[in-house]
Amino acid sequence: MNEMCDISLTVNGERVSERVEARKSLVDFLRDDLTLTGSHVGCEHGVCGACTVRVNGEIVRGCLMLAVQCDGASVETIEGVSDSGEIADLQEAFQKRNALQCGFCTPGMLLTAQDLLSNDQTPSRDHIREHISGNYCRCTGYHAIVDAVESVAQARKGSRK
Amino acid sequence: MSAPLARVPGGIHASVRHDSAAGHVSGSALYLDDIPNVPGSLEAALVLSPHAHARIKAIDLTAALAAPGVVAAILAKDIPGKNDIGPIRPDEPLLPTDMVEYDGQPVAAIAAGTLDQARAAAKLVRVDYEPLAPVLSLDEAIEREQFVAPPQIMTRGDVDAALKTAAHRLSGEFNCGGQDHFYLEGQIAIATPGEGREMHVFSSTQHPTEIQHGVAHLLGIPFNAVTCEVRRMGGGFGGKESQATMIAGIAAVLAWKTRRPVKLRLPRDDDMRATGKRHPFLIRYEVSFDDGGLIDGLDLMLAANGGNVADHTPAVLTRALCHSDNCYWLPNLRFRGYACKTNIVSNTAFRGYGGPQGMFAIETIIEMIARHLSTSPEAVRERNFYGIGRNDVTPYGMKVEDNIIARVLEELDRNVDLARWREEIVAFNRQSTIIKKGLATMPVKFGISFNRPALNQAGALVHVYTDGSVTLNHGGTEMGQGLFIKVAQVVAEAFQIDIDNIRITATTTAKVPNTSPTAASSGSDLNGMAALNAAERIKARMTDVAAEQFNIPAGEIVFQQNRVYAGNRSMSFAELAALSWEKRVSLSATGYYRTPKIHWDFATNSGRPFYYFTYGAAAAEVAIDTLTGESRVLRAELVQDCGQSLNPAIDLGQIEGAFVQGMGWLTTEELFWDEKGRLRTHGPSTYKIPGSRDAPPVFNARILPDAPNREETVFRSKAVGEPPLMLALSVWLAIRDAISSLSDYRLAAKLDAPATPERVLEAVDEIRARAAGSGSAI
Ligand code: FES
Ligand code: FES
Repeated sequence: MNEMCDISLTVNGERVSERVEARKSLVDFLRDDLTLTGSHVGCEHGVCGACTVRVNGEIVRGCLMLAVQCDGASVETIEGVSDSGEIADLQEAFQKRNALQCGFCTPGMLLTAQDLLSNDQTPSRDHIREHISGNYCRCTGYHAIVDAVESVAQARKGSRK
Repeated sequence: MSAPLARVPGGIHASVRHDSAAGHVSGSALYLDDIPNVPGSLEAALVLSPHAHARIKAIDLTAALAAPGVVAAILAKDIPGKNDIGPIRPDEPLLPTDMVEYDGQPVAAIAAGTLDQARAAAKLVRVDYEPLAPVLSLDEAIEREQFVAPPQIMTRGDVDAALKTAAHRLSGEFNCGGQDHFYLEGQIAIATPGEGREMHVFSSTQHPTEIQHGVAHLLGIPFNAVTCEVRRMGGGFGGKESQATMIAGIAAVLAWKTRRPVKLRLPRDDDMRATGKRHPFLIRYEVSFDDGGLIDGLDLMLAANGGNVADHTPAVLTRALCHSDNCYWLPNLRFRGYACKTNIVSNTAFRGYGGPQGMFAIETIIEMIARHLSTSPEAVRERNFYGIGRNDVTPYGMKVEDNIIARVLEELDRNVDLARWREEIVAFNRQSTIIKKGLATMPVKFGISFNRPALNQAGALVHVYTDGSVTLNHGGTEMGQGLFIKVAQVVAEAFQIDIDNIRITATTTAKVPNTSPTAASSGSDLNGMAALNAAERIKARMTDVAAEQFNIPAGEIVFQQNRVYAGNRSMSFAELAALSWEKRVSLSATGYYRTPKIHWDFATNSGRPFYYFTYGAAAAEVAIDTLTGESRVLRAELVQDCGQSLNPAIDLGQIEGAFVQGMGWLTTEELFWDEKGRLRTHGPSTYKIPGSRDAPPVFNARILPDAPNREETVFRSKAVGEPPLMLALSVWLAIRDAISSLSDYRLAAKLDAPATPERVLEAVDEIRARAAGSGSAI
């Protein structure tokens, strides 16, 4: 069970080369080996979405993917998209609309929301509800989250004109 | 205590954002599992019982101890002090000595170098069990009189006579299910041995003092040797009140044995199997009423499934009994509460704490009365509401002095036009054969304060530094609800300084001792007042310094917007802080608060347990599919009394979140125990909490405007954590309404909660058959 593998990948734009256990999940690798603890572990079942990160531009569940599968890949976490400013407007909207309470779901929710907005620039509320439906939030009741995402979609649309 | 005219940014009644909001959106807010392990730290894993009831014949740790990385294993005999973590009654072993009483009960724990090693070794522990027959049903527990605490009774008038003589009488029974908290951050604790006998515990807990006490008992050391600290939880909802003690206790015993820091974080399945939930209830009733639905007598039995030990069950039951009146005057009543002992996990506190089950009972009964009389639940409620100045005494002898339910319902009606909405539903149902819609309203009156008077006290610690910055500490814990920011707003208001100047620090038993749990919605009521008291004490001393400096009477000194004024002369708050130090005046104070007016007699179940009531009302529209039993909430409209809200944005979040959580309890969240007493829904793949598509697409939550608390609470605000959860009973009643439409609203559905598709479908078929029999099928 302890087979080790060498992997190299980019994480938030930086090259990383590490020796990891073959069975280690991506989210554990990010959290334990790279101390990127903004990705959370809620269920380890692939259901709650708290561990959502981006691999080669696609959002994935960090608990369902192995670190070794990311050899050669580009991985982005909440820390990376925060530092780059990519989701600054979403982050501001979540804070302003109180779309967070305990905050445990928030990083995953933000990455999922950004995934939607980068593929569909004018999502309906229904579409927003649909797209974030794989991310559980036990605190907010989602209404504030949908409001926040919707307001950013509108603002981004306005700024493209 | 009225607010000054010129407002300071971040003071009271402002929608200031959550103090951790920036940390939450960037992932930099730290939860316990994010703290880097110190070198030498161990990770722990539990061995859980696979039987609901069994005698332990032998436990063999040999293979586990020989496994890679394993440093220690503990059994009950390794507990150096007293093996008991019961929060109310002493009957709860941390680890069992000879008997397991539920499936999922921790029997042993392992500490190893890595989490994988600990979890792998836990699987190697060999336990030899002799399985015994479990008691699983409430019926059986009642029949055997198998209780975790004595039955509780509340009576008034002559209920037997009332039941005999009334024009109408109904009786029957129904059930509501339990609910897993499903806090997104699971249970976790890190215990670190210090010098001598000291033990430091980081715990994701709503009750640091209980952790402190529990760990001290287990280790056989005084309370002052244990420090418990928590900065934030990733959700709590009552599930981290007593249940966190088990986790912290096991980590502490392992740390004691190994003399190394030990972290115990449960995987989700273990968390759901090993820790308690909301209580399922069995309800039996006999009710009598006149032709207009005026209730004369109510004989009500509430049986709570307490699980294997008492934990919070007696207190949950008391609160359930104290909310079985909801908003109604009941002249003749007998409420009986049974705290049943069964072989499932011990059920515990969960947002509402029995209140939801009590209201579930009375509101379902009222709906049945309405169907029986072919009238609306609203009309029956109207006949039975508590009066103003008459018919205003609760079953437990407390006068309802602050009744504003009529105003709350008016506000709801003004927002939504219920009559028109009702017409639309009826019209829809007339032309739709397969999909049926339902509409229902729900009034809520919820009592604020812990039922046990001693818990209604709080402490705070405030320091002002010589640069004018302030640190704030109090006994309340932050689980996302926004308590920390609300209390900080109170302190900002008191000092008249910007909220950015206040640093909120982690809750720890080393700073504020002997605290109550952050529970019963009381967090800001209690801790806000304690912090206000501390701030006012410092402010009084600073005022004297300023008065002397400016040579005017203290009464003429005014703190406003970061400055301190003496007529047209002034200095900054920071300058006054520095001057106070110069003059050798203390800039640190503790604050204390105890809720006035409350008392409770446990022997007679009477008194004034609540400082005040908070009110709310909701209307919900649902659609059910009569071929599949599926249901959807289409629209929800809420009005919630928050008094003079300390922070409307935070309170709105509580209202929306509680409502959706309550919907989950009543619709999709099903705890299923099989015939052997094994929980079969112990992960999110089988246990369904509401997702974003389950929240109502049309969802309007409003705070009741201009409704300051008539009692002198902190800046006339009201508590809000739990009450809106019960507004979700509107969804339950709306599903019943949709089913009842199949009988032209003449019959009440036979339905238990949660209203899963399976149950709704059964109820649809059943009501159709009954309606056909009585000739009213449509
Ligand atoms: S932790 Fe990965 S989906 Fe829940
Ligand atoms: S804010 Fe707590 S889970 Fe979403």
